[in-house]
Amino acid sequence: MIYEVFRQERKGQPFQHAGSVEAADDHFADVYAREQYGRRGESTALWIVPRSAVMEIHEFVDELNRNYHRVDGYPLKEKLKEARDRAGTAATAGDR
Amino acid sequence: MTEQEQQLLLEIADDELILGWRDSEWTGIAPLLEEDVAFSSIAQNEIGHARALYELVARERGITADELAFDRTPDEYRCAQIVELRLLDWEKTIARHYLYEEADAKRLAQLKGSENAAIAGLAAKIDREEVYHRMHAQMWHDRLREEPRYTAALAELRPLLEQRGDHTSELPELWEEMTMVRRSQPAGTKW
Repeated sequence: MIYEVFRQERKGQPFQHAGSVEAADDHFADVYAREQYGRRGESTALWIVPRSAVMEIHEFVDELNRNYHRVDGYPLKEKLKEARDRAGTAATAGDR
Repeated sequence: MTEQEQQLLLEIADDELILGWRDSEWTGIAPLLEEDVAFSSIAQNEIGHARALYELVARERGITADELAFDRTPDEYRCAQIVELRLLDWEKTIARHYLYEEADAKRLAQLKGSENAAIAGLAAKIDREEVYHRMHAQMWHDRLREEPRYTAALAELRPLLEQRGDHTSELPELWEEMTMVRRSQPAGTKW
């Protein structure tokens, strides 16, 4: 069975994914996780979670294409370039 | 430090050095990656314990830990036969690990009560690492205790814990390998 291991480096800090261990049961997972992620003072706490207990989400459907909800919803770069080109053209035209 | 204390420390140091060597033979080929890591780490700890113990005795005798570890002849080592065997069966490796840790725990508990502060202090330090070895041995023991192959291995190896003084033919072979680099240079070479 695969267990995902999360470790907290210092008290108060968020737990971060450390890696995974393959173990026959919870007891083995406990020992392996301590051995690999905990016994050299590198963690103040560990979370050990069977991978099957982790809920995963991979698809984020945006049916209405409401990308304006997101900060990257307006790709300004393109618009800016267009505006600059227009301005540039206008300026050149004005010089003549 | 009395002569008797020195002998006891050498006995433990030799056990740890030889077992550390044997455990390290699993590096890269253990049946599970996790066990590869665990056995390699245990091996490293045991050899570290051996070094610390040799250093205590060496200081008494005005020599170095390396001289104790590598310059004696195989006959002079005080290790038990159980640590000498090159065991490639996993069930025997685990059986030896469990038997050894069980016996080592008792020995360390006694040593922690020593009137000699240096000995008691080192025993306490070693024991803090051995806690992890015992956890590892115990979890395997709990899982395999009903397995006939494992119980047979326990029965076969248990008597070898007490076999000290005589050695198996595997010790001289290991000694050749273990001391090869050191012997390749003239005595007194600084490493």
